[in-house]
Amino acid sequence: MINTNDSDIRRGGLIPAVIVAEGLKKSYGTVLAVDGVSFSVQKGEIFGFLGPNGAGKTTTMKMIQCVSPRSGGTLRVFDLDPEKHPDAIKRRIGVVPQETNLDPDFTCEGNLLTYARYFDIPADIATQRTNELLAFVQLEEKRDVAIEKLSGGMKRRLILARALVNRPELLVLDEPTIGLDPQARHLIWERLKLLQAQGNTIVLTTHYLDEAARLCDRLVIMDNGRILEGGTPVDLVQRHVGNEIVELEKSDDVLACLRDMGIPFEEVGDTVLIATAHAHDIARSLLERCQPKKMLTRPATLEDVFLKLTGRRLRD
Amino acid sequence: MFFSVPRITRRAWHVWRRNLEVFVKTWKVNFFPPFVEAFLYLLAIGVGIGTYVKEIDGIPYVNFIAPAILAIAVMNSAFFECTYGSYVRMYYQKAFDAMIATPLSIEDVIAGELLWGATKSVMYVVIMLGVLALFGVVALPVALLVIPFAFLGGLLFAALAMCFTAITPTIDALNYPSFLFITPMSLFSGTFFPLTLLPAAFQYVALAALPLTHLVAIFRMFSLPALSWAIVLHLAWLLAGAALLCVLSINLMRRRLIV
Repeated sequence: MINTNDSDIRRGGLIPAVIVAEGLKKSYGTVLAVDGVSFSVQKGEIFGFLGPNGAGKTTTMKMIQCVSPRSGGTLRVFDLDPEKHPDAIKRRIGVVPQETNLDPDFTCEGNLLTYARYFDIPADIATQRTNELLAFVQLEEKRDVAIEKLSGGMKRRLILARALVNRPELLVLDEPTIGLDPQARHLIWERLKLLQAQGNTIVLTTHYLDEAARLCDRLVIMDNGRILEGGTPVDLVQRHVGNEIVELEKSDDVLACLRDMGIPFEEVGDTVLIATAHAHDIARSLLERCQPKKMLTRPATLEDVFLKLTGRRLRD
Repeated sequence: MFFSVPRITRRAWHVWRRNLEVFVKTWKVNFFPPFVEAFLYLLAIGVGIGTYVKEIDGIPYVNFIAPAILAIAVMNSAFFECTYGSYVRMYYQKAFDAMIATPLSIEDVIAGELLWGATKSVMYVVIMLGVLALFGVVALPVALLVIPFAFLGGLLFAALAMCFTAITPTIDALNYPSFLFITPMSLFSGTFFPLTLLPAAFQYVALAALPLTHLVAIFRMFSLPALSWAIVLHLAWLLAGAALLCVLSINLMRRRLIV
């Protein structure tokens, strides 16, 4: 794989872009769901869209999938216009939707076979791929089981298998691990990494920041239909937060002490956060001068960036 | 916009095939109702009312209503398939969303659903025709000609149903067209008594606005048999109605689902 820090070289066009969006817009009546976003996804990378609910991630995915016409701007997938060549594009992509829409009238195997037919895949090839894919998502023993008998994690795995039935070059995943237990999430992550290693390009949305940090080569943070920031997870953390965080239990003494020392901080609930490049030095001087009840130092994460950029207001 | 001709590919048959496979898997449940329904109609209306009515225009009453039983089956099977059936697939199962993520377009999906509704009508008619033939109330082999027309009628009612499905806010609201349009239509389309018994104004309304009137008329010509040139007019009405409603229903569905 290409070094993830070489994003500038990749943007330079050495590797062809799979998706290019310029000023992409989508409005529903008077509501602007996507408000002029620009991004490009390169072949072979895992590209993430992060953002709170209602940020416009799913709408963007739907435009890429050719199921929702754009309201403005340009969008090209495989260098084709989704509105002019939807079937040529859809033939080459695999979609994992946010909502589980497996066909409840079929078994696991039946779901994959029926779906393969929608791609005009001949029956013998469909059967062979179904076998491979059931093994790939570890659902071989559930082959003849009805959908309603599957657990949430099994359903997501089956949807992933379904998305692969046409051997897509581009996978579009909308919240691939939503509501899953840690085991199931790890399995999906591992499978996605494997697919990337096989040359797939993957676009995903998530609001799990550990998922984004772990999987994505590059990501953008969206809010209110706009892209706020973009880059590699490491870059984003360093640019916006720094290397490390010192967390203190909030008290009037601690706050006063920090103000005396002139250290910038942020209050979150009953915690005080200090972003810094020198956590140990700060922690030592805080221990000497402020006598905090509880203190810890930790590496800065994408979550710190996310909350800094999108705020702490609740979304629904 | 409502009447622009949609682009449909042969992939529509994949949707049709999906529905057929589900239907065949539960064939016992699916084939039983039309079988029983034919018996019930014959018994209750044919024998029950027939005891008093005896004949209409020289035709034994049971023979008079036999084609109506078939035509009503065409209407009900296609209409209910493409209202409640399609609505469940669209709204609760999100099946259409899953399908349009593949090379299938929404036009293909809806066309497949309509073809399936019409196919279901044909299957019901074939089963009921068997029962009616057993009782000797339809004239074979001419009566077999109702089968291709069952497909045309089924397509029309499937498309009519799909128009309602495309605009209904909830599944419960589908009760309105079912009870206020379909049920009256099954009574006032020259089904259980001749259209000529109605006041002239009602007759015109039935001929102009109730597709079942034309389907019953055609079916009766084949089942008695009593062919006349009027079949051309009835056929023309059904063809035009089916074409118009198919186009309209696909465009309405596109408007609902592609946002």
